[in-house]
Amino acid sequence: MRPQLVLAGNPNVGKTTLFNALTGSLAKVSNYPGITVDRYKGELDLPGGVVADVTDLPGTYSLNARSGEEQIALEAIGGLDGAPQPDVVVVCIDATQVARSAYLLTQIQELGARCVVALTMVDEAKDAAPDVPALRALFGCEVVAVTARTRVGLPELVAAIDRARHKERASVWRWTPSPALRAHLDAVREALPAAWRTGHGDDALALWALTCVDGEDELEVPAELRNATSGRTLDAQSDDEAVLARWKWLDREVPRLLAKKQVDRRLTQRIDRILMHRGLGFIAFLGVMTVMFMSLFWWSEPVIDLIDRAFKAAGAELHGRLGEGIFTDFLVDGVIGGVGSVLVFLPQILMLFLFLGFLEDCGYLARVAYLMDRIMRTMNLHGRAFVPMLSGFACAVPAIMATRTMERRRDRILTMMVVPLMTCSARLPVYTLIIAALIPGSGLTQALLMVGMYVFSVATALAAAWVMSKTVKPLKAKRLPFLIELPPYRWPRWRDVLRMMWSKSSVFLREAGTVILACSIALWALLYFPRELPADSPDYDALIERAPTDEAKQALKDERQALQLENSYGGRLGHAIEPAIAPLGFDWKIGIGIIGAFAAREVFVSTLGVVYAVGGEADEASEPLRTALRDAKKPDGTRAYTALVGLSLMIFFALACQCMSTLAVVKRETGGYAWPLFLFAYMTALAYVVSLAVYQVGRLLGFG
Amino acid sequence: MVSSLAEISLGQTAKVVAVEGSRAFRRRLLEMGLIPGTDVTILTVAPLGDPLQIEVRGGQWSIRRAEAAQIQVQK
Repeated sequence: MRPQLVLAGNPNVGKTTLFNALTGSLAKVSNYPGITVDRYKGELDLPGGVVADVTDLPGTYSLNARSGEEQIALEAIGGLDGAPQPDVVVVCIDATQVARSAYLLTQIQELGARCVVALTMVDEAKDAAPDVPALRALFGCEVVAVTARTRVGLPELVAAIDRARHKERASVWRWTPSPALRAHLDAVREALPAAWRTGHGDDALALWALTCVDGEDELEVPAELRNATSGRTLDAQSDDEAVLARWKWLDREVPRLLAKKQVDRRLTQRIDRILMHRGLGFIAFLGVMTVMFMSLFWWSEPVIDLIDRAFKAAGAELHGRLGEGIFTDFLVDGVIGGVGSVLVFLPQILMLFLFLGFLEDCGYLARVAYLMDRIMRTMNLHGRAFVPMLSGFACAVPAIMATRTMERRRDRILTMMVVPLMTCSARLPVYTLIIAALIPGSGLTQALLMVGMYVFSVATALAAAWVMSKTVKPLKAKRLPFLIELPPYRWPRWRDVLRMMWSKSSVFLREAGTVILACSIALWALLYFPRELPADSPDYDALIERAPTDEAKQALKDERQALQLENSYGGRLGHAIEPAIAPLGFDWKIGIGIIGAFAAREVFVSTLGVVYAVGGEADEASEPLRTALRDAKKPDGTRAYTALVGLSLMIFFALACQCMSTLAVVKRETGGYAWPLFLFAYMTALAYVVSLAVYQVGRLLGFG
Repeated sequence: MVSSLAEISLGQTAKVVAVEGSRAFRRRLLEMGLIPGTDVTILTVAPLGDPLQIEVRGGQWSIRRAEAAQIQVQK
């Protein structure tokens, strides 16, 4: 078996940069089983032609854990629960924050792992950097100063790793437990389950279990381990003992190794004086967010159009070559259309992660959370939820992917549950069509209504977050400290940013894209089959043959297409749900539109175009479609779509989860079907109830 | 004089005396190195009055007022 290396360290110490420098461009992203945390794995060439696997752990300040996510580091380092026993653990120690990053090292050494220290940020520490030989003597393991940017120290680090992997494993404790704690440790150690024994680190594992497993945690540990610690509540003194003792050792030993000079943080202080300033900071924040949002909304637009057009052209080309037929339609509308509907998300995903990567790596994203915490907190949302929610105005798909910037699962899921309520750009064509066709009044009223829809979406999203954080058990706010490190400003490395952009996009294509493709083909088939027209319908082929003009031919073709759609399984479904949606003011034609819109909300417009026989190319500005909607009559001769129906329909679209891509991405990000189903159920129920209330109350008041 | 960290004024430095609150909360702060005897400085207050930006052992952190209130310090 290949040697297994694990890269551990605090957040913001250049760990990922080191990982990228060590493993080149061959890293693979996957998920840790059961939890949706990205696992980055790469390969490293060791001397003698040996290839080692390198795993980049999520950044952590301590091995102590409260949740399954925080537990990853302990399991990977200890080789527990099926994880391979690592041959060497490379621990990143920040040369500008030696004591704090060495705290993690003391825990890893207690576990008995073979450690090699990579001293990072040496270039930033300059004269304040600690003396490497002295650190080596203190930690009792290899210490190599590295600058990943220039690759200085990398060959030495690789050589040190190679030497370390042949040494004996030994647990090193920098403190001696008190007799009271010792008694607890011995008892728990004896009761450790087999999967949680390493031989050399059992005492450390017993200590971990004693301090972390307490019944209020959200850890994923074997029941035997839980039993071993139950009834062994440590008093405050024993509970703090390990932490205080490690710090006592660090405070005694580390300061004398450091140069007397202070790390120069004047640049960060100067930038913070502006960016964290009460007035200026807010203005700067709005500026940054505006640029980010504009880029999502406007700059990705031409690329999306290009993709759209390219796929349409490819479809038309193929259509021309293959001729009419079911197989042609399947390839052109089903497959090519489906692939296109996946790829149109790429520009926004790339753009958002370019920004997120840049802002995260330069240190500003943590400050966004700081600036926004007061507002987001009132809705029990994380300060970092601001960026995903803002991105939700462009598209929920990249926005949901952006929730990964939050560490806690609960924060991520709560944000994912409300982001789809934001007015995304796919809702705009629907609103535009409805407002133009059905809402009377001047341009000003219509514009105000559009603004009103935006305000409505923000209000419902925030209210929904608050309500869910109070009522849905896994989303309830936990009293955990909101401690966010505000790292010093650093110039991001483009290679790291681009690499993250690529890994997010490839994960999207691989995991969510396939689901979206399958769903769009299924939806296509639903609205395409069966092809036979009802027995009583006219012979369109003959009619088209006889039609005198091209316009007349086209009109007949559109009519046939409308009839085919109505007769399709989807069309029949539209009829079938009419009794359910009639109380909202909708007829079966809107029913078909709602089913079609599941592919993407804007498809509602073209589906209605087909239903009303004005052609599938109709967009929101199409005058024939607007007229058709305005003139549509009920069987009794009254207008089918009044302004009140329009309003009810807009509210339905604002609240319903009419988007399979959103659901596919939530499934990928939560690692299961439970949350996407919950999302779909609650949004559809909310949409139904509110639209129902609006329509029925409106009618009582005499509108429509 | 002992008071809570939330009562320290902007720019002032104080020494940690004790960290209160729940077990998980207390341990997280202690692990960050916020142990008794450590100096803490209030650097800035967020535009809306909360949270606070503090400096501990050369690192900077954002902490909410309600949480800072659970840290006893000596001015």
